Amino acid sequence: MNSELKHLLGIKGLGKEQVLALLDSADQFVDVNKRAVKKVPALRGKTIVNMFFEASTRTRMSFELAGKRLSADVINFGASSSSTSKGESLIDTALTIQSMSPDVVVMRHPASGACKLVADHLPETSVVNAGDGLHEHPTQALLDALCIRRKLGTLENLSVSFVGDALRSRVVRSNIYLLKLFGCRVRLVAPPTLAVTEFEGMGAEVFPDMKRGIEGADVVVSLRMKHEYQKDIYIPSLEEYSRLYCITEDRLRDYAPDCMVLAPGPIIRGTEIASDVADGPRSHIEEQVELGVAVRMAVLFLLATGADNKGRDSSSESGIKELVANEQ
Amino acid sequence: MSSKLLIKGGTLLDPAKGLNEKGDLLSVDGIIEATGKPGAFDSESEAEVLDASGALVSPGLIDIHVHLREPGFEWKETIESGARTAAAGGFTSVCCMPNTNPVIDNAQVVEFILEKSELAGGARVHPIGAISEKLKGECLAPMVELWEAGCVAFSDDGWPVWNSALMRCALEYGKMMNLVLACHEEDTALSHGFSMNESELSVELGLKGMPAAAENVMISRDIELALLTGGRVHFCHVSTARGVELIRRAKKDGAKVTAETAPHYFILDETAVTEYDTSAKMSMPLRKQEDIKGLLEGLADGTIDCVASDHAPHEEDSKRVAFGDASLGILGLQTTVPLLLEKVREGALSLERAIASVTSDARACYGLEQVSLEKGSVADISVIDPDCKITFGKEHNLSLSSNSPFFGRELQGLARYTVVAGRKVFDSEGLYS
Repeated sequence: MNSELKHLLGIKGLGKEQVLALLDSADQFVDVNKRAVKKVPALRGKTIVNMFFEASTRTRMSFELAGKRLSADVINFGASSSSTSKGESLIDTALTIQSMSPDVVVMRHPASGACKLVADHLPETSVVNAGDGLHEHPTQALLDALCIRRKLGTLENLSVSFVGDALRSRVVRSNIYLLKLFGCRVRLVAPPTLAVTEFEGMGAEVFPDMKRGIEGADVVVSLRMKHEYQKDIYIPSLEEYSRLYCITEDRLRDYAPDCMVLAPGPIIRGTEIASDVADGPRSHIEEQVELGVAVRMAVLFLLATGADNKGRDSSSESGIKELVANEQ
Repeated sequence: MSSKLLIKGGTLLDPAKGLNEKGDLLSVDGIIEATGKPGAFDSESEAEVLDASGALVSPGLIDIHVHLREPGFEWKETIESGARTAAAGGFTSVCCMPNTNPVIDNAQVVEFILEKSELAGGARVHPIGAISEKLKGECLAPMVELWEAGCVAFSDDGWPVWNSALMRCALEYGKMMNLVLACHEEDTALSHGFSMNESELSVELGLKGMPAAAENVMISRDIELALLTGGRVHFCHVSTARGVELIRRAKKDGAKVTAETAPHYFILDETAVTEYDTSAKMSMPLRKQEDIKGLLEGLADGTIDCVASDHAPHEEDSKRVAFGDASLGILGLQTTVPLLLEKVREGALSLERAIASVTSDARACYGLEQVSLEKGSVADISVIDPDCKITFGKEHNLSLSSNSPFFGRELQGLARYTVVAGRKVFDSEGLYS
């Protein structure tokens, strides 16, 4: 059912079935990642290029690992080491990469819409958005959803609260799209400078008040309050932010006693999230990282084999089952 | 021997003079000799004849806000290509903004532009001088020198005059010659980093938006300064409904203010950028449907005096980048008339009001000498065929650049002939028909 998906540029535009199929497939890859030999020959002979125009450690590593565990050849391309720094345009860089016939380009870029621009100019290659500006970060939303589903058994009609800088978070945008597909209630909790009312257009609610923002939530997600933002005008200080919004065990016990906690990371302890939460039983922060690899394996597998699957009845999901079975 | 031009078979339309009737027009040596009933001048056998049957014959159209890019950015547009593009858009005159390199802040640049435009053989070109030296907003440009050299108005367009004290001084100083300051109204702190309108859509797309307030704040400031000084302010490219309201009130209060809007602001709304389409990125940004409504009401009742294209050519490479990195501005000279007439057909504007907004009312904003269809007026004449229809394509575009969101759109109501000083400078045959 997913064979028509050529690129993964965002969660927007995906259907519920497509999201579920990706999560099901990721579930299978979670098992692969737990084996002694964590490698399947699924993408042998395929080439994946990681094009990162913005600093990233965990996402780039996660994609690299995902590609390698699928036996693809993975090449990393960083903006600092590239011709971009010599003034080459993004489209020219993309066309150069395409000439080397990669099957999938994984791309992160500081400009919103940059992945779409590249995808529009690469007829032969699948593009995965690994974060474009403040726009989307779809694999993060998928891994958050996978984490939630594995813990709570469902994504339907949950109440999910995001605490922190929503305005400048691409993660929150992708998450809103995904969670709204499943009828979830999405609350954004931050001062009105960061949880701007315009998010209501996407179906989220905004709350400047921590209690009202997380009361009864099934999931609380901590969004980054970046250090470099400390000097900007949106909040007076991280100290004041922390006093009002730090996710502490006391607050969770009082307002959302049954919630699980996620953080796309990296986290700032004591400012965004207290150590008693980050290290406590509610936290699934480390599991998120682990599931991230599986989700990215599912995405890469789908896109890199999508064309091959066309015209065949077998969905990529049954393809995975076959694969996983063969290796055991 | 005198040179004669006979425009035959059209409808003579001169809203400022209350003229709207079928008739012919005869010009001799660049001056209108007479108008008369159809066939009145058929005995003028030596005259060059332009067939205006089915078309409107109007006093020459003027676009008081264009960027011709020369000197300095000749790969985007030149004075020649711009003047010819203007003629193809039906304009007999344009006023060009000073954000060239070097900036139009000294008499030499003015003279250069005027000389080039003489040779261009298209529309007349009237330079607009800088308000501040090098457009930096720090000290006044030599406004008297520029005025004497031929500048028709003053502007730092592209930038606001951020320093309120400097703006006040420019208004006071300009009163010596009754100068008009054409203002780009943008609070750059509020708009910092913007690439579209601030709205639910900008938040969804992850693009930094410019709130309507960034424009309205500065319109308000300059209304106050116009009242304080008695100086003349013209508001460039008004894009917000609240801006229209502020200007309506200011006119009632006796401020010497005038205003323009551009066709894209009443044709397109912000959703044109949904797919990160850089051809719809400009400053001011495209706004919302309620702004379109306010602008059209303001245009209909004269609060918005005129329509100007803000023709802003940019090479393709500067638009083939991520949305936030793309240059600001779109072409407009060849699309202004048909887009204006689209609103006439929809009933938002009367034909007379639409034509006045690109002729007499536009000239009045800068206090320019009027052009009419009466005997003795300079023979600057636009012949517009309201039925001529094209799907606008690159093959029609005469600009050196092609940054328009209107390619692929059906445009109806195009120039058939453009006449400057009794001489045909544009003929649509082969281009639109």
